[in-house]
Amino acid sequence: MLIGVLPVEGAAAADIDALEAFVARHYACATRRLPPLAMPPDAYDEHRSQHDATTLLKAALAVRTADLDRLLVVTDRDIFIPMLTFIFGQAQVDGPAALLSLARLRQEFYGMPARHELMLERARKEIVHELGHTFGLVHCADKQCAMALSINVTNIDIKRDALCGACARNLADRLEAMAG
Amino acid sequence: MNSTWRILVVDDEVAMRESLAAWLREDGYVVDGAASGREAVEMARATPYDIYFLDLKMPPGIGGIETMIEIRKLQPEATVVIITAYATVDTAINALKEGAQEYMVKPCNPEEISLFVKRTIEVKNLQRENQYLRQKLTRHYTFQDIISKNAAMHAIFDLIKEVASQRSTVLIQGASGTGKELVARALHEAGGRAARPFVGVSCAALAETLLESELFGHEKGAFTGATARKRGKFEVAGGGSIFLDEIGDISPKLQMDLLRVLQERRFFRLGGTEEIPMEARIIAATNRNLQEAVEKGDFREDLFYRLNVINIRLPSLCDRREDIPLLVNHFIERLAVEAGKQVRDVSKPALKLLMDHDWPGNVRELENTIERAIVTARGETLDVADFDFLAQAPRGGAKWNAPDGMSLAEIEKHAVESVLDRTGGNIKLAAEILGVDRSTLYAMVRRHNIPR
Repeated sequence: MLIGVLPVEGAAAADIDALEAFVARHYACATRRLPPLAMPPDAYDEHRSQHDATTLLKAALAVRTADLDRLLVVTDRDIFIPMLTFIFGQAQVDGPAALLSLARLRQEFYGMPARHELMLERARKEIVHELGHTFGLVHCADKQCAMALSINVTNIDIKRDALCGACARNLADRLEAMAG
Repeated sequence: MNSTWRILVVDDEVAMRESLAAWLREDGYVVDGAASGREAVEMARATPYDIYFLDLKMPPGIGGIETMIEIRKLQPEATVVIITAYATVDTAINALKEGAQEYMVKPCNPEEISLFVKRTIEVKNLQRENQYLRQKLTRHYTFQDIISKNAAMHAIFDLIKEVASQRSTVLIQGASGTGKELVARALHEAGGRAARPFVGVSCAALAETLLESELFGHEKGAFTGATARKRGKFEVAGGGSIFLDEIGDISPKLQMDLLRVLQERRFFRLGGTEEIPMEARIIAATNRNLQEAVEKGDFREDLFYRLNVINIRLPSLCDRREDIPLLVNHFIERLAVEAGKQVRDVSKPALKLLMDHDWPGNVRELENTIERAIVTARGETLDVADFDFLAQAPRGGAKWNAPDGMSLAEIEKHAVESVLDRTGGNIKLAAEILGVDRSTLYAMVRRHNIPR
């Protein structure tokens, strides 16, 4: 399996390096770093001062090559979908790409002192979550499972950066079906 | 289980529609999108949804409120959420007045929408369970539970209504799986004894001495193991009804005892001296031909006449084929809920297959067949492929010839032996395969002296 990692311009290269290494380790698979993607100008909503996740994801899918089994897009900007005030990330269930925003994972966003390691820890959990969706997993009722729905950082902090037993078995079945 | 809930997102803006649908799909719901109110109404007509998210303003065509009104006409129980970017107090009041459960202003907090959907599904789960339990109650314990449009069955319904409040003994005769116990319960429920106990005893499932103690009760020390006084079924039934199933299989001694109870309307506990009055109404049932058993000397003639005061003879399912579609729908409705499946219907070709089948195990066999099809079904409609297992049975239409010189009783014996052999002596499983209940199978085992 090959997972592409696509940073959106503005994301710190060192953070992307750390997250890419986590992806390779977590899925025991090869990864490929793509050159940073320029934020599409029409993704920015002046009224909301946020970027539209759907527009960004479409631009990312345009640069995806066929040999990539999954594409993980990471942005530093705050993202939204029209119905919601914000989202941490977006992925289509059984789709090829997942998007993660680091903006609201930072303590600074909430007016608190920066804690870089905590931000990376939250990012790892949300990567397992969003990529989990692309492998067909849906939200899990176990609050400590990475597939639990998070609507605030407190929810994320309760979670582990791993799946519960049931979701792990489900993922293993789906990865096996993909390989076979 | 979220995959059993269906949500429709209706908005003319594709980005809004698709992103909300994708977000809800992450929860495991089945989510579709519609670009206009008209499309939404058409989709709802084709397959109902549990929750509708409707945008208030959808030019051109009908707006959110009008769409909601149309959907409500089709599906009064549907949950509708009106969403808008231009909130005013007037539109909010109007939406709620017209029946929307919720009014959301976009963009809304993920927590708000997530909690709303979760709570709505919880309420719908309870409503579904409640509706099922209510139906189960009325259907299982009232006369109307017996579903039929067959003329012979309707004559039986009339007879039940007529005799329900009398005390006369009733003998119900019919093949296995025709609903003898259901008729007995209907007799109990439709009459003046409904508030009192209905006590069922399967006479074939118990050994003679055990059955005796079961029916009459016993005093402490009446026999080895009788460590305390026990009330028998006749006593427990009080002024209610006692249902003696498989009455044709009781021993000559018990036939004698029962005759005495029927004549004298009182009895003694085993080992007891206190006379206890018998107030319960006796309803007996058998799948055997009792007249024949009387002629052969296997069943006491005097007891037969005592039991056969009112006779109800139930037709086999083959003789009431017109009821099969009604019964199939009834079983789907009930069993799909029990199995937690989204099965709603049966296809025309599958129904034809069921109508043409022989059903030697009658309604019970039909029920088991529907249950098995539901458990393995993948779609919402049961199709011919879901009943493939019926064709695997030897009776599936291929011509079957009875072995020469073999009586029906011998064929029955061989069938029971072979199935018991296959199930390793497991009575429950064997009874399911043969389409009879356990007590009937026990009776067959005893009748044919089949070693276990």
